[in-house]
Amino acid sequence: MFDVLRKSLKVGVVTSSYPATPAALSPHARGCPEIDFAQWQDARPAARVCPTGAIAFTDAEGRRTARLDLGHCVYCGLCAEVDPAIRMTRRCEIAAYRRPDLISQATYSLKPDGTHERLVKGPDTPAPMVAQPKAVAELGRQIQAEAARLFGRSLHIREVDAGSCNGCELEISNLSGPIYDLERFGIHLVASPRHADMLLVTGPVTRNMELALKKTYDATPTPRLVVAIGACGCGGGIFGVNYATRGGVDAVIPVDVYIPGCPPNPYALLYGILQAVRKRAQA
Amino acid sequence: MNLLPSLMPMLDAVRERFEDRLDAVVAPRANEVYFHAHPDLVAGFCAYLYKAWDARLTGVFADDAVAEAGVFHLYYVYTLDAAGGFFILRVPVPPNRPEFTSLTNAVHAVNWQEREIQDMFGLKLIGHPNARRCALHDDWPEVHPLRKDFDLRAPMPPFQGERHKFRQVEGDGVFQVPVGPVHAGVIEPGHFLFSVAGEPVLYLQLRLFYTHKGTEKLFESLPITHGVRLAESISGDSSFAHATAFCHAVERACEVDAPPRARALRTVCLELERLYNHIGDIGAICTDVAFATANMHAMRLKDRVMRLNEHLTGNRLLKGMARLGGVRFDWAEDQLEPLRRLPGQLRPEFDSLMELIADSTGTRDRLERTGTLKPETARNFGVVGIAGRASGFNHDLRRDIPHAFYDQTQFKVPVFTEGDVLRRLEVRRVEVGESLSIIRQTLERLPAGPVFVPIDEVPAGRVALGYVEGWRGEIYHWIRTAPGNRLARCKIKDPSLQNWPALSEAILGNIIPDFPVVNKSFNLSYSGTDR
Repeated sequence: MFDVLRKSLKVGVVTSSYPATPAALSPHARGCPEIDFAQWQDARPAARVCPTGAIAFTDAEGRRTARLDLGHCVYCGLCAEVDPAIRMTRRCEIAAYRRPDLISQATYSLKPDGTHERLVKGPDTPAPMVAQPKAVAELGRQIQAEAARLFGRSLHIREVDAGSCNGCELEISNLSGPIYDLERFGIHLVASPRHADMLLVTGPVTRNMELALKKTYDATPTPRLVVAIGACGCGGGIFGVNYATRGGVDAVIPVDVYIPGCPPNPYALLYGILQAVRKRAQA
Repeated sequence: MNLLPSLMPMLDAVRERFEDRLDAVVAPRANEVYFHAHPDLVAGFCAYLYKAWDARLTGVFADDAVAEAGVFHLYYVYTLDAAGGFFILRVPVPPNRPEFTSLTNAVHAVNWQEREIQDMFGLKLIGHPNARRCALHDDWPEVHPLRKDFDLRAPMPPFQGERHKFRQVEGDGVFQVPVGPVHAGVIEPGHFLFSVAGEPVLYLQLRLFYTHKGTEKLFESLPITHGVRLAESISGDSSFAHATAFCHAVERACEVDAPPRARALRTVCLELERLYNHIGDIGAICTDVAFATANMHAMRLKDRVMRLNEHLTGNRLLKGMARLGGVRFDWAEDQLEPLRRLPGQLRPEFDSLMELIADSTGTRDRLERTGTLKPETARNFGVVGIAGRASGFNHDLRRDIPHAFYDQTQFKVPVFTEGDVLRRLEVRRVEVGESLSIIRQTLERLPAGPVFVPIDEVPAGRVALGYVEGWRGEIYHWIRTAPGNRLARCKIKDPSLQNWPALSEAILGNIIPDFPVVNKSFNLSYSGTDR
C-alpha cells in the first residue's frame, strides 16, 4: 500500500496540459499532407501511389479536377515522395462538422502531355477546423464551462467499434491513461449507450456490424452526438465500400463530427471531441 | 533443388513413404517445399508428418485457380520448427465436385479455417462436426466472395438480422448470458454466449467475424505496393508485423532479400511493437483485477514507446514504415539516440512496475490458477504465441525459423506449463526484457548500407509464404502473384484465429467476472481473425 503511494508520489504528475499547451509531437511525426494547388503540375503520380484514393482526379474535356480527401487519407506520405507540390505536415488536430469540409479540390486545364497547364477553378479548400495553439487552449476552457451547462458537468461517451482494425481503439484507450486523461475535462468513457451523450464510432462499418451500430445509436438518449473516428470511420479508409463494408459511419447513422487520421493520435481525438462539444453548445 | 540440409531427411522420408502418390515436389525456396497430390492423401500425410516429424499444421486455406488450372487448390501448411522450414501440401478440388473432407476431428486447430473455406469458396465440408457458417454470418445470401467470379464491390442486400442458433445448454439452474457484439470496454466487437450454473461457466460459445472487411479479396484488386498499406490495417496493434509478413512474402516471391540494415530496422520495429503491446497488456490485466494504479504506470511506459515509434517512423503505431524490399525510412542520429537510450531508461521503470505487481498479493491471488489452459489442450488446439508459451508451447519463429535480423541476436524464449493468467503475464514480463535486449544487440551491430532494395517488377505465377513472429504469435501471409504487379490471392493468417477457440476451454469452471481478465491475458485480435 505504502509502496504504491510512494511510487505514485515519486513519479509525480505526468498528465499533459493540452490544450493549454500545444500537442507534444516528435519533429518526425507525420500529420496530414498539404497540396500547393497553385504549383501542382500533375496529379497523376500522387494519385497512382495513393493507397486509399484520397488523392484522385477526373479528366473531362481537357480539364482535370483533382482532389485531396482527408476522409480517406492515412497520412502515409507516399504522395509527398513523388510530388514536389505536396508536403507532409505535422498537423494532426483536425476535425470537421461536415464531410465535404475534409475535401479540397481544384480544376486545371491540361497540356497535351496530361500535365496541368493552369488553375482554372479553385483551389476550393473549405478547410476543416485545424488547431491553432491559442484557440485550442480557449476551446479547452470553453468546453469545461459548456459541458457543465449542457451535460450537467460531464459528458459521457460510448465507444463503438463498427469494424475497425483496432488501431483507433488503441489510441482511444490511451485517452483514459494518465498522459491524455480525458476525465480532466469531465468526460468519461461509459459502458452502455444508455448512459452516453456521445458515440465515438470507428469503422469502416461492416455489413456484420451495421445492425448492431444502428441499435446502439437508437439506444443512446437524445441529445446525442456521433463522432466518426479515423480514415475508415470518416470515409471507409483503405477498405472503402465493398461486399463486406458499407464505408464510413455516415453511411449508416448521422455523424456530427469527423476526426481524420490513421489512427488519429490522442491529441487529435481530444481536439475532435472538444469540437463536438462546442458544436452542441452552438446549436 | 537447393534445399535446407535440415529438411532433407524429412523430404526423403516423405518421398519414400508417399512416392507413388505424389504428383510433384517443388521447392521454390530453401525452406519452403510444396507437395502436389490427390485429396485422398490429406489425412495420411497429416497423420504422418504430425506423428513422425512433430510437424504443426499451421494453416489450411483455398485458392481459386479455376482459370489457370481448372481447379480450386487446397493448401495445408506444416511448420517444421526443429528443421526450420515449411512443408506445404497442395491438393486439387474440381469445380464440378466442390467438396473436401474435414480434418477437424483429428486436428481441432483447423475447425474455423475449414469452415471459412466453405463460406468463402463454396466448397462443401464433409465430415466436419459443426459445419455451420462462420465467416459470413447466417443471414448472408449464398455468395462465395473469394471465388474469382465474385465481384469485390458486389452490393449485398441489407442485413436481415437472422439470428445465429446457438447450442442450447439445459439443466437445473442453468442460464445463459449473452454479451456483445458491442462490449462495455473500448474493445473490438464479438459475441460471447456464456452458459452458467450458479457462478462457474459451463460452456462458452464464441461468434466472431463481425469486423469482416473483405480484406483478402481486396488484396486481389490492389497493386502490390498498396497491399503493404492494407496489410498495416489487418490488425492495428500488429501493423508492422503484418505489413512485414506481407513484404516478406513478396520478397520471397521475387527472390529478393531485404538488405542487412533493413532487416535490423525491421527487427527493432517488431520489438517496439512487442514492447508497447506487452506493457499495455500487463497494465490492462491489472485493471481487470482492480489494480488500477499499476495500469496507470503501465500506460505511462507504453506511451513512451509509442512516442518513440512516432519519432522513428512518423506514426505511433509504426504505420507507414514498411515497404517492399526493406523499410521506408532510415534513421538519423537524432532518432537513433533516444532509441539507444530506451533499454537503459525503460528497464528500471518496468522492473519497478513488475515489483509493484508482484508485491500485490491480491493481484497474484486473482491471476494464479485463473483461466487455465492445459498444455495438452493448447497442443490440441494448436495454440501459438504468448498463450501457447504459457501452456508449454516451446516455439518462436524468431528463434526457430529466424527472419529479419533475429539470427544475429540472442534471446530467451520463456515457456511455462501452468497455463494460467499469471503465466501469460509472466511470458510478457520476460519478453519485455528480452525485447529491450534484442534492440540493444541490434543497435550494437547495426549494419551500414541501404534500407531497401527496389522491387519494381513482381513476376507472375509465383507462390510464396511470408512469416513473422509478431508480438501475439506467428503471422503468415501466403501469396500467389498475378501479371501486372498484382496478386491472385493473399491468405492472411493471424495467430488469433487459432487461439480464439482455446479461450472457450480456458474459461471453463471460472466465473464470469473473471472472463475479462482471462480474455485480456490472451488479448486476441478480432480484426486479425475476421479480416
